[in-house]
Amino acid sequence: MVNIDEGAHAPPPAEVEDLPPPHATGWWSRWVFSQDAKYIAIQYAGTALAIGFVALVLSWLIRMQLGFPGVFDFISAEAYYQFITMHGMIMVVYLLTAVFLGGFGNYLIPLMVGARDMVFPFVNMLSFWVYLLAVLVLAASFFVPGGPTGAGWTLYPPQAILSGTPGGTSWGILLMLVSLILFIIGFTMGGLNYAVTVLQARTRGMTLMRMPLTVWGIFTATVMALLAFPALFVACVMMLFDRLLGTSFFMPTLVEMGEQLSYGGGSPIVFQHLFWFFGHPEVYIVALPAFGIVSDLIAVHARKAIFGYRMMVWAIVIIGALSFIVWAHHMYVSGMHPWFGFFFATTTLIIAVPTAIKVYNWVLTLWRGDIHLSLPMLFALGFVVTFVNGGLTGLFLGNVVVDVPLSDTMFVVAHFHMVMGVAPILVIYGAIYHWFPLASGRMLNETMGRIHFWVTFLGAYLIFFPMHYVGLTGVPRRYPDISASFVPDSVMTLNAFISAMALIVGAAQVLFLFNLFWSALRGERAQPNPWRAASLEWQTPDMPPHHGNWGAALPVVHRWAYDYGVPGAGADYLAQTDPSRRHGEDIA
Amino acid sequence: MVVAAVLVLVVLGSIGFHLFSPWWWTPIASNWGYIDTTLVITFWITGFVFAAVVLFMAWCVWRYRHRPGRRADWTPENRRLELWLTGATALGVAAMLAPGLWVWASFVTVPEEADEVEVVAQQWFWSYRYPGEDGRLGRADATWISADNPLGVSPHDRFGADDVIVDGGDMHLPLDRPVKVLLRSIDVLHNFYVPEFRAKMDMVPGSVTYFWLTPTREGEFEVLCAELCGTGHGFMRGYVLVETETQFNAWLGEQLTFAQTQQDAPVRFAGPTGGTP
Repeated sequence: MVNIDEGAHAPPPAEVEDLPPPHATGWWSRWVFSQDAKYIAIQYAGTALAIGFVALVLSWLIRMQLGFPGVFDFISAEAYYQFITMHGMIMVVYLLTAVFLGGFGNYLIPLMVGARDMVFPFVNMLSFWVYLLAVLVLAASFFVPGGPTGAGWTLYPPQAILSGTPGGTSWGILLMLVSLILFIIGFTMGGLNYAVTVLQARTRGMTLMRMPLTVWGIFTATVMALLAFPALFVACVMMLFDRLLGTSFFMPTLVEMGEQLSYGGGSPIVFQHLFWFFGHPEVYIVALPAFGIVSDLIAVHARKAIFGYRMMVWAIVIIGALSFIVWAHHMYVSGMHPWFGFFFATTTLIIAVPTAIKVYNWVLTLWRGDIHLSLPMLFALGFVVTFVNGGLTGLFLGNVVVDVPLSDTMFVVAHFHMVMGVAPILVIYGAIYHWFPLASGRMLNETMGRIHFWVTFLGAYLIFFPMHYVGLTGVPRRYPDISASFVPDSVMTLNAFISAMALIVGAAQVLFLFNLFWSALRGERAQPNPWRAASLEWQTPDMPPHHGNWGAALPVVHRWAYDYGVPGAGADYLAQTDPSRRHGEDIA
Repeated sequence: MVVAAVLVLVVLGSIGFHLFSPWWWTPIASNWGYIDTTLVITFWITGFVFAAVVLFMAWCVWRYRHRPGRRADWTPENRRLELWLTGATALGVAAMLAPGLWVWASFVTVPEEADEVEVVAQQWFWSYRYPGEDGRLGRADATWISADNPLGVSPHDRFGADDVIVDGGDMHLPLDRPVKVLLRSIDVLHNFYVPEFRAKMDMVPGSVTYFWLTPTREGEFEVLCAELCGTGHGFMRGYVLVETETQFNAWLGEQLTFAQTQQDAPVRFAGPTGGTP
């Protein structure tokens, strides 16, 4: 018999005086250089969605080439490699990381923990402007001589900085590296904010184990990112030196097109270790906020306490820690010492256990719930399906010997799109449908939302599920034309089908963007707390919350964020600020 | 109702696609059948989990859908259930990991009797080197590369003289003989990939990587590069011919050795008074 919410009735006295943040005085400081985390969140998310739309268009071009090779003359091999590189890097770093941490992190952390703002609002503002600069530098590479880099999003040297790769000896790779360096600087400023705010600025009664899982997910991902991004940072700096100053960090003795280059003594594999020491945690930097958010969406819309809250928190923390010792599963066939395979396969498959626990707990939260099939719930269900699917194919690729035939094939492309493309993006959408009323005071249009959900969920599944089998036949990834002696003609038909689906799914995203703008201006006015959610962000005196979030006095928290369907309570939920005595029975 | 039905359809459709679609791996041509077996075990276990989770979810969505007056149960935790599920998951993971690691152990243990053959990659074609009569490959390094010595074989290593150089042709392998494929690149990363062999490995400039296999089926198989290596990556193809040992030896005898390629007047253009190969 455990009481999950012991000591609910005596929130400790405030440790520091409540100091409302200074309010903006001028037009510029209010509407452009805002230091309000909510405003910065929207700037972050808006920029990320804008550059993400570029990546979406690139994915259309990629699929046009793959589905109908030779039909589109303007997609040369060079252009194809530039498209896949920019598509991948934008989606992973500039869209997903930025939306989850810069967007949802900024919006939700202060509101969910009961703070008036981030603890360092000025640095927080700088974080966005440096991020915007990073995006502009990246976008500029489309317009420079030689175009953007075509080195693949992994940027593996030596080819990334040699003439056989688009942008390798011109501007492309330089702009990419500079942009990443800027991104990391910007993120670090934001990330320190998110972490310190969670640790230091929680309101009275908001213990760590009462925080919504959204905050746990974003907090853990932020700490991970602060530890992982430096590896990418140094890798970028070293590669810039190799390219500009003639150092040989990653460059062995080599002969390019019959000509001996002046490099010598470096190791290309060192870059891969640095890249994936960032790159694998990066997967969870995207996934953990999604895990947290989807837990909250499911609990609110199934009107039921999240199942196994403490397990969920520990699973997030354990996954975060383990993700730092699995990176070389991206390198099973890289030529590193083969014995590493035993270690990294074992750690990789172990991580499946806490991940599976999270899946069970989402499904067990639905079990005996009161399931409202609202838009956020639909997206949450879609997430569980695609995440389970993509997670399970990870067990193929993590198990070192099974990876050997599959690595570098379309199976890998299908896997990571399902697990860290489609699944987190479904969560982003679910979260936007869920929190849009809080941010704008209006509801998103339901009909457009349902069309958006069904086309996106089913369409994306129809794209990426069959793609695994394209890879299984042996088709390698990063080939602009996949025809080969062992590839049956029917695979080309399947490819054309996948491309057609990609266009349709892409069109649904345009509909979503339209809905966003249309509803922000014309949408139905939202009731306060329209989903009857218990967590703190919906308990603000105004909706949307004003600067400073809480009006005259900070809220006091009396319970966890999941008191839904509490036996004996009158309403079907008790807000975290509800001081009433009944706070959940003992738990069997 | 619709949602639950669609979730069931997703499961049935996925299983149906797996069982009835024509897309499956190419017939194997090496000794790595165990890799295929491990992959099939993984398909069974993961397929079961996928179906179980999504079908249970579909049932919940239908059974516990909102109706007026309905209220969720209060079950925030269930230690027993959580422990059981954790244990079962760990067991399933072990059932995939154990055979995987066992097969990996044999994958990384090259048999003593394996022949050696070297594959050299550069943008964007393949070359090959066989050890010649002494059974040993001579040293090679990118610093030795010149127009006459495209693979950078050291002229100072006596084991290199009889090495057979196949520059830009097809690869040949004898049937049923284990072979250690040594992989070398002289410019950027490449990856020697023959889908029918199931094995592949990156080629890293500055070091020599390897894998081993025993070809088990005669035929002509396509070689592809599986590590992005620049604009020509998608067109970096070649062929490997698996043939009987007699055919293989006959073919090998017709190729030029390193020493022959280094003579001032290349042997293949030698006049009537010149040496014969």
